[in-house]
Amino acid sequence: MTHPAVEVCGLRFAYPDGHEALRGVDLRVEHGQRVALLGPNGAGKTTLALHLNGVHTPDAGSVAIGALAVDETNLPEIRRRVGLVFQDADDQLFMPSVRDDVAFGPANLGLGGHELRARITEALGAVGAADLGDRVPHHLSGGERRRVTLATVLAMRPEVLVCDEPTSQLDPAGRRELVAVLRGLAITQVVITHDLPFALELCERAVIISDGRVVADAATPDLLADERLLGAHRLALPYGFDPRVARKGTAP
Amino acid sequence: MGAGHAHPLYVHEHSAVHSLAPEAKLAAALAFVLAVAVTPREAVWAFAVDAAALAAVVRLARLPARFVLARLAIVAPFVVFALLIPFVASGDRVEVLGLGLSRAGLWATWNIVAKATLGATTSIVLAGTTEVPRILHGLTRLGVPQPLTMIATFMIRYLELIADQLRRMRTAMIARGYDPRWLWQARPIAAGAGALFVRSYERGERVHAAMLSRGYTGAMPILDERTATAGQWLAAAGPPVIAATAAVAALVTAA
Repeated sequence: MTHPAVEVCGLRFAYPDGHEALRGVDLRVEHGQRVALLGPNGAGKTTLALHLNGVHTPDAGSVAIGALAVDETNLPEIRRRVGLVFQDADDQLFMPSVRDDVAFGPANLGLGGHELRARITEALGAVGAADLGDRVPHHLSGGERRRVTLATVLAMRPEVLVCDEPTSQLDPAGRRELVAVLRGLAITQVVITHDLPFALELCERAVIISDGRVVADAATPDLLADERLLGAHRLALPYGFDPRVARKGTAP
Repeated sequence: MGAGHAHPLYVHEHSAVHSLAPEAKLAAALAFVLAVAVTPREAVWAFAVDAAALAAVVRLARLPARFVLARLAIVAPFVVFALLIPFVASGDRVEVLGLGLSRAGLWATWNIVAKATLGATTSIVLAGTTEVPRILHGLTRLGVPQPLTMIATFMIRYLELIADQLRRMRTAMIARGYDPRWLWQARPIAAGAGALFVRSYERGERVHAAMLSRGYTGAMPILDERTATAGQWLAAAGPPVIAATAAVAALVTAA
């Protein structure tokens, strides 16, 4: 039996202050699939993402990436396989230059010299930011910043890309560029978002997480067509947006 | 790539000084300033030699004179202070433009002005030709402990961000009619500073999570492997050797 790209079983987690963020999450993501994680604020989406590469350790249940269980002994390989893009680009870009930031991940993997430079060029090229290497993160535009954060994890050649609210703070043009970049990446993607048209455009499958549990899991167009389900979990489509019509318009 | 996006102290150019390895430049700048500092103040010719060496470096680095002079304004407060010394210092006095000034005080003024100007120009050349990340790489390779360079790295990265937050907070206060003029109106500012501290602390936790996510294990990886060649060390040694020779000669002739 082959292993799925991501397999989460009965995952439970409570923060030190006692808040129970995850109350038994089961999720299976196949290789090459793009899945949108939807849900209201505080539903546990980000907490789940932080479990996928072992930043948090489960209180109960398990997480596996491919055949590899996420545990203490596998952390370096898990963190190479799972690229996590944080919501606030200023949290993700902590080095004084874009180039140094993109180099940080692969250098931690032990790469150096020519190999490291090749990785940086490859990653920046993949997000259309080849000319941004010498820039200071603080001076990038919102769209540039978002694409560079993607490059910082792509430089580690991950098998699973996890993005937390990638369209927040993006203008429409930046959002369109981001969709193009993500569509061009042939790796498994888990995208946390409140932006339902974005989920529809990018992901064939959507999962709703609410109050620490998976409450819905379906093809994105079907899930977004269920207004009662969306309403019950504080999700709403933009005014005038019909997912059945929009889908025809954006067929790849 | 534009210079407008770099640090305001940096001048985007392609010169021999720009391409010199940062550790060689840092060591040379430190040695040069030390040599200037120990030069006896009476050896005016030695300072002229130092200034000529520095001017040659400025020219080689293609730094605009206007840029260097504008940045030199930083020494103005010290100069103003130094100018007061001849009026208040004791000792025998000399007549200058009808004013009785202390001879020792005049030498003290000259000492401060000459050394401050040369020292400030040295750091302007260093900052003008070396981008901040490269200065940090240079410090690491000169053996500065990693915790210190990491603190400096994060401070440089997040200082502007925090300043931005502070500005936004101030604007939000002003927008709601807050117009502080007196000390007892400082309470909201203090509360704001506290909020900023908490926010920065939380950011620190998130940045740490982001570092862990990309394989951080407690030691910063070495990102820039280009080390200074013997030729670069030799080239960088030029100005400090000149200054040191001048200082030694001045000390010997004074003795």
